[in-house]
Amino acid sequence: MNFDLTKEQTMIRKEVRKFAQKEIAPIAGELDEKEEFSSELTRKMGEIGLFGMFVSEKYDGQGMDYISYIIAVEEIARIDGSQAATIAAGNSLGIGPLYYFGSEEQKQKYLPKLCSGEALWGFGLTEPTAGSDAGGSKTTAVRDGDDWVINGSKIFITNAACDMTLGVTVQAITGTRDNGKPEYTCFIVEKDTPGFKAVPMHKKMMWRASNTAELYFDNVRVPKENMLGNQGDGFHQMLKTLDGGRLSIGSMGLGGAQGAYDLALKYAKDRKQFGQSISKFQAIAFKLADCAMEIECARNLMYKACWLRNENRPFEKEAAMAKLYCSELMGRVANHAVQIHGGYGLMKEYNVERFYRDQKLLDIGEGTSEVQRIVISRHIGC
Amino acid sequence: MNIVVLMKQVPDTEAPVEIAESNVAIDTEDTKWAINPYDEFSLEEALLIKEAKGDSKVTLVTVGPDHVAEAIRVAYAMGVDEAIHINDEIDDEVYGAVDPHTTAAIIAAALKDVPFDLIIAGQRAVDDDSYLVPALVANKLNLPIISLVTKQETTDTEINCVQSIDGGTAVVKAALPALITTQKGINEPRYPNFRAIMKAKKKKVDERELEDIGLDPENFGINGAKVKIRSMEFPPERGQGKIIEGSSPAEKAKILVNLLKEEASVI
Repeated sequence: MNFDLTKEQTMIRKEVRKFAQKEIAPIAGELDEKEEFSSELTRKMGEIGLFGMFVSEKYDGQGMDYISYIIAVEEIARIDGSQAATIAAGNSLGIGPLYYFGSEEQKQKYLPKLCSGEALWGFGLTEPTAGSDAGGSKTTAVRDGDDWVINGSKIFITNAACDMTLGVTVQAITGTRDNGKPEYTCFIVEKDTPGFKAVPMHKKMMWRASNTAELYFDNVRVPKENMLGNQGDGFHQMLKTLDGGRLSIGSMGLGGAQGAYDLALKYAKDRKQFGQSISKFQAIAFKLADCAMEIECARNLMYKACWLRNENRPFEKEAAMAKLYCSELMGRVANHAVQIHGGYGLMKEYNVERFYRDQKLLDIGEGTSEVQRIVISRHIGC
Repeated sequence: MNIVVLMKQVPDTEAPVEIAESNVAIDTEDTKWAINPYDEFSLEEALLIKEAKGDSKVTLVTVGPDHVAEAIRVAYAMGVDEAIHINDEIDDEVYGAVDPHTTAAIIAAALKDVPFDLIIAGQRAVDDDSYLVPALVANKLNLPIISLVTKQETTDTEINCVQSIDGGTAVVKAALPALITTQKGINEPRYPNFRAIMKAKKKKVDERELEDIGLDPENFGINGAKVKIRSMEFPPERGQGKIIEGSSPAEKAKILVNLLKEEASVI
């Protein structure tokens, strides 16, 4: 058994950390407060190679392994959840489905722009009436000659309504299966297609510097070449995409937990009460010890799940476990971190409150904690 | 144009430093290493010249133990074409470059069979802060040196530099070949792109020992050093700040001026 990262993985961690500290940390608080998505920062992240990390060089991807990708998301999340969200959604949800299920022509057309970070892509899955219950979705696509006509709406779609957005992948009902359940198919919709509208969503509690959209499809007509994979593949594609997406959301929990812990440890060492650093008091020290231990556990679980994926072995159970554990861990750590900061922890100036807020999405997005427990319990034979 | 960059790997400025038991060196057991920040400016400037001119080659020259390989990979990922590493470590002991004089002698010897028009070095290394190596190298190679450069323009035959001097700047030029040292502000070093990090894996490092560049190890290490460290200690911890009491800002200012004169003796 070997727990060492490769030299390249170690370098990626170091370089992303340096980038996040220099380029993201100084502006993260302000972007959060103004609820502002920064195209400039997103392009910079693209320049160092944070998009298309697991995509082959043939499509201008970075040609790296899955653990490197997860490490990069982790290191960005250690500084800021919003930017990590842009990266995680950009790779796992925007680029992923096009790369894994797209035709050669579709890949050639879209991936180079997405992998260089010039453009972003959304993945339209969740609907106002269909969250955990994917069967509740209402968006439909109907064949009309050589075209498909899409009607419906999507909600909470990351990277789908900013000035860098090139288009979205949308899942729609295209018929009924033999077993009576709806048949799902994914389609590519470019941003300027008539009838398609993407509206940014505001007043978010968390990920305030990430772009979130509502999508409306009003008789949106796309040629049949815009189908992703084959008719009826949509459900399978969605499951595969979410398995990978879980790992990236999990790594945001892992990185966020590490970031909140970093802040808490530093503050505890600097802050003096009763004549000594509060880190010397067991009430504080034990909290930090628990955080350090759990972060170590989380990292091992997360990297094991990524390793399984890299080895093309089944990883669904481990991905669900890693997502659930890392997300909830960040909640515990951010809670301790705010508590250790005392009154200052409630103030924006000290950054931990941002970690505290950003964490909550992780219990909900890409499969709620409850759904992860369902996935795990099915895998263990309940 | 052939450009040589001199690079030193130093302890990461963000990592804590401990003094070794010998009391004449730092404990490098758990040290995190990084490229000397001023050498990052040199690397960036060399790459910028190469990109502007085309048809140029950037060669990195570095002296140090095994772990310098890590810094070389970063330099490769930034875009350096070739790297020469004079490895002066045997059995965990550094037997070569131990002070500015031995370091400069090794670099000068290594450069004997490397063609160059321009050598770029950081103005100083942030670990021992001697400021000496680039000047000593220029001296040994009989090259003009322009230090603390914040801007340069290079033709095929000469280099024009803006140099920071006390209280201002000077414009200085030299005929090539020449050596310049970089000052903060000259550029913003790039981040290595991930694809370049993966490609750097395949690049070879030209690793040599002292004998390979015609030097006798007997004359290096502690035998060759002209500067010997006798002991090391941390700077004293900063004392408590002082809050000046007074009934009005004017009174407080008066007390402050008095303290700066009498107590701190700075005005």
